[in-house]
Amino acid sequence: MHPADNVATALDSLTAGTEIQRNESIQSVTLKSNIPFGHKFALVAIRKGSPIHKYGEVIGEATVDVAAGEHVHVHNVDSLRGRGDLHKEEPNE
Amino acid sequence: MDIRGYRRSDGRIGVRNHVLVFPVSYEMNQIAQSIVRQVPEAVTFRNQHGTDQSGDDLTQTLRVYNGFVTHPNVYGVVILSWGHEPYDLQALANAAVAAGKAVELITLRASGGMRQAVQKGVNAATQFVKDSASVLQEPVPLADVILGTECGGSDACSGISANPALGVVTDILVSHGGISILSETTELIGAEHLLAKRAVSKEVGDKLLYIVDRIEKNAMKMGVDIRGAQPAPGNIAGGITTIEEKSLGCIHKAGSAPIQEVIEYGERPTKHGLVVMDTPGHDIEQLTGMVAGGAQVVIFTTGRGTPTGSSIVPVIKVATNTVTFDKMNDNIDINAGTIIDGNETVVEVGGRLFDFMLDVLNGHQTKAEKLGHREFGIYRIGASF
Repeated sequence: MHPADNVATALDSLTAGTEIQRNESIQSVTLKSNIPFGHKFALVAIRKGSPIHKYGEVIGEATVDVAAGEHVHVHNVDSLRGRGDLHKEEPNE
Repeated sequence: MDIRGYRRSDGRIGVRNHVLVFPVSYEMNQIAQSIVRQVPEAVTFRNQHGTDQSGDDLTQTLRVYNGFVTHPNVYGVVILSWGHEPYDLQALANAAVAAGKAVELITLRASGGMRQAVQKGVNAATQFVKDSASVLQEPVPLADVILGTECGGSDACSGISANPALGVVTDILVSHGGISILSETTELIGAEHLLAKRAVSKEVGDKLLYIVDRIEKNAMKMGVDIRGAQPAPGNIAGGITTIEEKSLGCIHKAGSAPIQEVIEYGERPTKHGLVVMDTPGHDIEQLTGMVAGGAQVVIFTTGRGTPTGSSIVPVIKVATNTVTFDKMNDNIDINAGTIIDGNETVVEVGGRLFDFMLDVLNGHQTKAEKLGHREFGIYRIGASF
């Protein structure tokens, strides 16, 4: 979607082992698992705590190390916004 | 550019000529349903609001009521009340009269019971339907059209296909002097910095940042991760991971025009061009707010095929992908999935969608209208008492 992105969106259901060719200048990625239609996969290795970029903007951060070609979704990405659960006041003793 | 519409005496432009049977509270729903069963040309909806509300919350409900009874797509309105409402229904009826509507205010207690109230309503609605036929369409300017934009049941295609195509429609309409409403404040979280840069002034940009901050703080106050509500389970199944991702796809609906103003829920725009209305992402509350604000037509993009519509406004459904277009064909008017399939460009689908919107403004019925979708719901900002 954007040159700075570290994830891409599958416009078809893709099977594990498929090699995704980006373009001449950037290395290809081999999918580690099946990627359902509309879901995302990592174009490069993404370290735990690093931002996920789509549309050239930050859409969240990795909660674990993510390898290139891995499915990127709610199991390994957290939102950084609207997180009342992280700001909940501790009840007084 | 002109379309064919109904010129109202208050200067506004209608694209439908509805007789609306308006229940002001849930106690009136059964009466309203009985009336439209006998007068099927009239429209109604089921209302869950109007009693046990107070303060800003009640004010917001009454703003929506006012927006509906004065709406340019409405020829006449039969207002149904119980007689115990803690607000002035005569004022509501007067507002409708001032907007040039045929109005009948029916109070259940004063009517002597349910059957009599239904009969009164049937008589009034029948007369209004008969009289409405004498109002003819005439050429009216497209510049007087307010388009409500909405995305519901978003998937990962929304931001690539249907929303950018709707953005093209927004840009064309704005270039003709019309108004397009971007709403769903929850779905601006994570994209507000991009929109604020497009505001016509610092004040407008600051107000945009303020409404996004306000809704995010409300989520924070509840002590929850809004994921599950935003993005919703259907969004997550479709591949959307976070609210930021959903928002960045969502704002493509707004095309590239500058943002002229930021208005409250259910308010009427005062500027032409692109405006932002503060609504939740909840599809029906959002739709109701934009209709109350005077939108005569809504374009609703959907990845999952959300089956909804409005009692008084045509809602055009646009599928973001061909699978949903095929599976939900009864509900969907336009397929933007051709962009994903590689068969059409965003600009081509946007042009096709704009032409279809013109047909709908000129009277072509949308699938939501044919299916009788008449959903209604108001954004609550306070508790029920």
